[in-house]
Amino acid sequence: MSLIIGMCILLGCQFLGEVISRALSLPVPGPVLGMLVLLIGLLIRGSVPASLRVIGEGLLKYLTLLFVPAGVGLIQHFGLIRQEIWILIATLIASTSVTILVTSQILQRTARQRQPAKENEA
Amino acid sequence: MNTLGLEQIWVYLSASPLLHLFATLLAFILATYINRWAGGTPLLHPVIVTIALLIGFLLFTGTDYATYFQGAQFLHFLLGPATVALAIPLYDHRERVRRMLRPIVIGTITGVATAVISAVGVAMALGANTETVLSLAPKSVTSPIAMGIAEKLGGIPSLTAGLVLITGVIGCIVGPWIFRLTRITDPTIQGYSMGLAAHGFGTAYCFASVGAVAGAFSGLAMGVSGLTTAFLLPPLVHLLGL
Repeated sequence: MSLIIGMCILLGCQFLGEVISRALSLPVPGPVLGMLVLLIGLLIRGSVPASLRVIGEGLLKYLTLLFVPAGVGLIQHFGLIRQEIWILIATLIASTSVTILVTSQILQRTARQRQPAKENEA
Repeated sequence: MNTLGLEQIWVYLSASPLLHLFATLLAFILATYINRWAGGTPLLHPVIVTIALLIGFLLFTGTDYATYFQGAQFLHFLLGPATVALAIPLYDHRERVRRMLRPIVIGTITGVATAVISAVGVAMALGANTETVLSLAPKSVTSPIAMGIAEKLGGIPSLTAGLVLITGVIGCIVGPWIFRLTRITDPTIQGYSMGLAAHGFGTAYCFASVGAVAGAFSGLAMGVSGLTTAFLLPPLVHLLGL
């Protein structure tokens, strides 16, 4: 039963997220708003129900498998990909590296300014 | 008689969702073994190998994507609840998040802007066509969000889905290398950067190779940067004149 309850919580939040996204015609996909709904719910409740944890962590463990069906969709774009393959590869490598570099540096710098406060807590 | 029977079974199976759902799971198991044999290199990431195996299978059997998707959609559907489930690690690490709030806000906005501007900039400089550029723009965001954004911008959602995956693999390859080079050891920073630049792949990588804290922060980054990109990207792309 617990798996069903956990799944119902997830689907319920996704459903609410979908409703909010459409009702307010937000550019944000429903599942993302559903994540916010669940997060707010958990903060109010103050703990994660065991049933939710079992199914939630199970899904997250196999998250990468869930990307496969969309990825196989590349099969529809072989023509376009062949034409621009080097552009795509160069862009992806350059942009992903720069993004990781910039983000980690910015975080490092802004986090360091708060170091004293952190030490007090530790 | 016998071959005719087999043919009929194949005609039936090849059109039923059962075959392609089963094939997807089998391919994933096989890919996981291949990756292990290869010493766990991110170049042969299980997801990329799975996709390659399945594309090979579809080409070999002459199956079109729509037929395949009838079976695979059951897995695809679970992306929604899995995205919602990201709230759980976030909740578990709410104290750390609260403490890091300011770096997170600044890091997210800069990171998302960097991801979009560098992708669009490099692609345009190399002379990609507009559709490709628009499909590339949301590449760092988790696929359900990226596909939604690409569609709104006028890109090709299923091309975006593929590019998002490749971005994820690249992130897992270059990320650890960049952290080593710039001496970043804080798991919260590693996790957040990986999640922002390489979405679910970065998150899965962090959970598996860095630890639970990094994984949670990566999941957080994936959610927050997804939200931010969804709001920031349309005006940014407009600004770049596309």
